[in-house]
Amino acid sequence: MNTCINKIRELSLELLEKGEVEKVIGFANGTIPMATSPIAVTSKQDIEKLVFNSTCGLNLANYLKQSLKNQKSKIAVIAKGCDARNIVTHITENQVRRNQVYIIGVPCNGMIDKVKIASLFDDEITSFSEDGDTLTVKSSLKEEQLSKKDYLRENCSLCMHRNPAIYDALAADLVEEQTFDNPYPDVDKIEAMDSDTKWQYFSDLTKNCIRCYACRNACPICYCPTCFVDESGPQWVGKGQNKTDVDTFHFLRAFHCAGRCTDCGACVEACPMDINVRAFTRKLNKDSFEMFGWEAGLSLSKRPPLDTYNPDDPDDFIK
Amino acid sequence: MKFITIDKKDWAKGIENSRETYRLFGPVKDKNGFLIKSLEDDILPDMDYHDSVMSAKSVLFPQTEKMLKTTLDESQEDHHIMKRVETDTSLRAVVGIRPYDAKAIEIVNLNFDTEDYRDPYWCDAYKATTFIGLGINKPGPFDFSTSTGSGPFSEEGLDVLLADLDDKYLAKVLTDKGDTFMATCRFEKVADEKESLALFDILRKEAENNIVSKIDTDKLKEKTILDLHEAPFWDDIAFSCINCGTCTFVCPTCWCFDIQDETKRQSSFRIRNWDTCMSPMFTIHATGHNPRDTKTQRVRQRFMHKLKYFLDKYDQGIMCVGCGRCVKSCPVNIDIREVCNMMNSYEKQE
Repeated sequence: MNTCINKIRELSLELLEKGEVEKVIGFANGTIPMATSPIAVTSKQDIEKLVFNSTCGLNLANYLKQSLKNQKSKIAVIAKGCDARNIVTHITENQVRRNQVYIIGVPCNGMIDKVKIASLFDDEITSFSEDGDTLTVKSSLKEEQLSKKDYLRENCSLCMHRNPAIYDALAADLVEEQTFDNPYPDVDKIEAMDSDTKWQYFSDLTKNCIRCYACRNACPICYCPTCFVDESGPQWVGKGQNKTDVDTFHFLRAFHCAGRCTDCGACVEACPMDINVRAFTRKLNKDSFEMFGWEAGLSLSKRPPLDTYNPDDPDDFIK
Repeated sequence: MKFITIDKKDWAKGIENSRETYRLFGPVKDKNGFLIKSLEDDILPDMDYHDSVMSAKSVLFPQTEKMLKTTLDESQEDHHIMKRVETDTSLRAVVGIRPYDAKAIEIVNLNFDTEDYRDPYWCDAYKATTFIGLGINKPGPFDFSTSTGSGPFSEEGLDVLLADLDDKYLAKVLTDKGDTFMATCRFEKVADEKESLALFDILRKEAENNIVSKIDTDKLKEKTILDLHEAPFWDDIAFSCINCGTCTFVCPTCWCFDIQDETKRQSSFRIRNWDTCMSPMFTIHATGHNPRDTKTQRVRQRFMHKLKYFLDKYDQGIMCVGCGRCVKSCPVNIDIREVCNMMNSYEKQE
């Protein structure tokens, strides 16, 4: 993954110089260890700012709509497997057109779990670097050499689509996809709980939520011009810290993501309170998979299960 | 100046003694980070914490606070007449607050307690609270508090400042409120003033020397609002922003709130919730017009308020205490230190 940055910069430069795209959306280094920040590069001198590493956990598909100024503009975007799936979702949901985006695909080996790494230290991490599978993390008290595969984000360790589903160019060779006998062990665990335990589990999950909406705003499929929690006429949900209102936000957001979530993990990545927001969407992903054989964002020609109707539907209630 | 020595083996007992009079708040480990919470039952403040995700502002200014209430029951004489809810104004203490967080409380106080307006909810809570600070011997890499008029041993806003000396705390009693708290704890072992002053001085200097993160604010005052407002860098700064409220909610000095009415059966409450200028909802008018419709406008507003408008209005420094929380918690790593330096060094091109 470390070497693909040269190819990313080379492709970006070519696209900008030929005038094929207005800008390239990618990642730049952050100002603190383990941080990267989305950036729009428009000129040759900024190409060197582009980086790609295991800390690029946000989803750049989230920046497409805002970056496409008009019908004619075209932009390039750096896309991991999950970013590409979200671009597909954007296209099938008519948010962008295929010919408006140039996709620089990056086959991905997974992003790191920053919270898990930070929890190894009693003080602040002061530096982070990676070389292949080896992560070197330092604080003022100690230095740790970690194996990246042990510190992947949960969604990355369970990812079955590391290669971009669609792309115009690739920044590296395709990687081997992971396969699992059971891709949803985390959901099984929750399903096995009795209803009281389940309720307690989800109550604990949201108890520190501060309703900053970072999860929603980092999510590429949460693109509604006005979210239901922001509506004021009528107002669907209270805006305070009342538990029912907080939970309503999380439950309803998850349902709005049914059959659309790519499990990219941007919501968890963005949450300042380290809430595993994915716990809500994973069950819906599992249901989509088991009931409809559907995983979001893999094909431009298939319609999502919740916006199609089939006369041969095996369920009677819908006929 | 009064100094008191507290043997750490007497600490828990003293804190328990204080519960006779005070409701306690302090740092508690929760899942992956520390939060400032109510210290229920026998929970002690975790004095070894290195930082809390959220600041102590919620002790005085909760994220959701009931202000007024009324009944909709028309058989009641005072139906539909809003009255102040009863609030708990009993004494409380925040134990282990960071010095920069105490300074932040003073900054928020400037807004809630003015000659023209006095926010009763904040003022009552402020009056009821005693702040027991803990000096930071080893400031973290993102602490830039010495650049903001605070610092690891800053005393502003504190009633007592504790210094951690491994096996004991040395307490500098700064106010009468602090003196009363120490007496309630029955921490009574008076330390030599001269020696203690010297010790605090050494600790402060050592801690300040360890601060690696700094910002420049010296030229902000002389810039004009319009020049900064029209500076060319705002679009670039704002590009990555996702418009969440994280920076404002974790900020110890952000004081904005939104007012909501909530009704349940016959009871109706007027409630205030923390609001965030990062949201388009913050400024949208009833007409549908939004004066800060774009992300760039909103991002600019936050930095202009903290680093320019506040400075111009109060002439008491910037509205930032250098805790570094927004830098660490921002999902896209928008860094106020960089923005401040850009603003401070900006020269308008003629």
